[in-house]
Amino acid sequence: MRGGTLVAYRWELRKLAAQKRTYIGIGSAVVLPVIFVVVMALQRGGPYDAPLGHNLRRTGLSLALVVLTFASRFGAQLVTALVAGDIVASEDSVGTLKMILTRSLRRGQILGGKILAAFTYVAAVMLAFAAAGVVAGVAAWGFNPLTTLAHTQISAAHALGLTIAAVAVFAMPLAGVAAFAILLSTWTRNSAAAIVGALVYALAQEAIGGLVHRDWARHYLLSDQYDGWQGLFRSSTDWALVGRALWVSAIFAAIPLVAALVIFSRRDVAGD
Amino acid sequence: MKRYGDIVAVDAVDLTIDDGEVYGFLGPNGAGKTTTMRMLLGLIRPDAGSVRLFGRDAEHRTPQALTGVAGFVEAPRFYPYLSGRKNLELLAAFDGDGARGRIDDTLELVELRQRAKDKVGGYSQGMRQRLGLAASLLRDPRLLILDEPTNGLDPAGMRDMRILIRRLAERGITILLSSHLLAEVEELCTRVAIIRAGRIVFEGPLSEMHARTPGGNVSYRLRTTDQQRARAILAATGGVHGVAAADGDLTFVADEPTAVELSRTLVRDGLGIAALVPETTSLEEFFFELTEGAP
Repeated sequence: MRGGTLVAYRWELRKLAAQKRTYIGIGSAVVLPVIFVVVMALQRGGPYDAPLGHNLRRTGLSLALVVLTFASRFGAQLVTALVAGDIVASEDSVGTLKMILTRSLRRGQILGGKILAAFTYVAAVMLAFAAAGVVAGVAAWGFNPLTTLAHTQISAAHALGLTIAAVAVFAMPLAGVAAFAILLSTWTRNSAAAIVGALVYALAQEAIGGLVHRDWARHYLLSDQYDGWQGLFRSSTDWALVGRALWVSAIFAAIPLVAALVIFSRRDVAGD
Repeated sequence: MKRYGDIVAVDAVDLTIDDGEVYGFLGPNGAGKTTTMRMLLGLIRPDAGSVRLFGRDAEHRTPQALTGVAGFVEAPRFYPYLSGRKNLELLAAFDGDGARGRIDDTLELVELRQRAKDKVGGYSQGMRQRLGLAASLLRDPRLLILDEPTNGLDPAGMRDMRILIRRLAERGITILLSSHLLAEVEELCTRVAIIRAGRIVFEGPLSEMHARTPGGNVSYRLRTTDQQRARAILAATGGVHGVAAADGDLTFVADEPTAVELSRTLVRDGLGIAALVPETTSLEEFFFELTEGAP
């Protein structure tokens, strides 16, 4: 990675850290599993038919993944779109873009720093979510062994490791959403348009995934990759499922990012 | 050349600026000043031709293209949630090459050291303009490009900014200053270029501009105790042109000796003079002629 990109990345992180909205996204990720536990504590039953849902009330280690699958897929996409859709367009609307583009970094380095910062933010949100999910789940239902999707039992420590890996796999398609939001942010120069556009894009993938009945087609949609983590909880790890989640997401991320780079490098910066 | 649709914003602009001078870039709003400066700073590409600074292509978006060049177009903008110092640290990090070590000096120079830890969101317009200058100076520029740096400032802010620009010029920094205010350019600059509809219509020393001012004619505004009689006197006075009524006053164009003689005539005829005010200088008349007359 080039030095200039690292400089831009470090300052993008500092800028994110200085803004309140950054903490709203992370705070929401922390609060959601806690709310889920409270609701579960106040009533009987639960989403037992969700993947790993049958473990609820037996071990706290399934909570994060159940909440991700059951309740927070859209939330994760929303938080991703909010930050990634704003990261270039806000600089355009505030007028700071013309300040930083007259310095000594290349445009590609500046955009590279922004892309890495957006991905880091997505990772931070998912990490905060996983941590809060594990802590809240374990506090409510204990650090106990977990029954996998193949109905085999694994130790609590093993389940913890797989949970963290599963959240990381879940974050991959979010990177695809982030990349599309960055493209819209660069192209439209309008935060609202980029955020809404990225959400429509994510929802459209979900809708198409629901309509398409042919597996070969559905498996290559971004929406299908949110289930890639389940490969980690099969009797023997289904690396094909996990691998597909990674490479399909990577393609969905790479194409918009290359387009964003071309647009950002060539565009005129005129007017406030 | 730069076009926006059918409109040619800038065409064949060639400016020769000597080392260490403050060079005025004048023109009415929309004449092409800011577009020219954006091209000089590599923010926009020309549709045809090239942009060269110090013999280098400025349009090539490489770090080398803008070596020794700094400035801002329109109002300088900063991250409002960061302090003034943090904003400068960010820009210095983007510049490298010892820029960080210049932060304290530049803050001192623009008199913002006491407010450096405050968030920029709480800065006045004048403070932001001064911070913009500080941000430009971090690059240790040989050429400073300033686009209407007093725009939006109150009179005190304008005065402070002009003092700062003079101070920078004394340090040997070459300054390209755009403005639509002739008085400001007269006060600060030694040479000027006037742009109209994207083309340079005058370039040379300010003294040459004065010398080319035709006949020293100036617009005046007149208010007397009897405007009807005053209008008749104006019409009968040789050397007075363009007599018209505006908001209860009379306006006319004349040179200074004619205006002096006219005031005597008015008093001699028993009229009280409430106001006889020059509305433009002869230089402004020349400027208007260049920028508003037939192309």
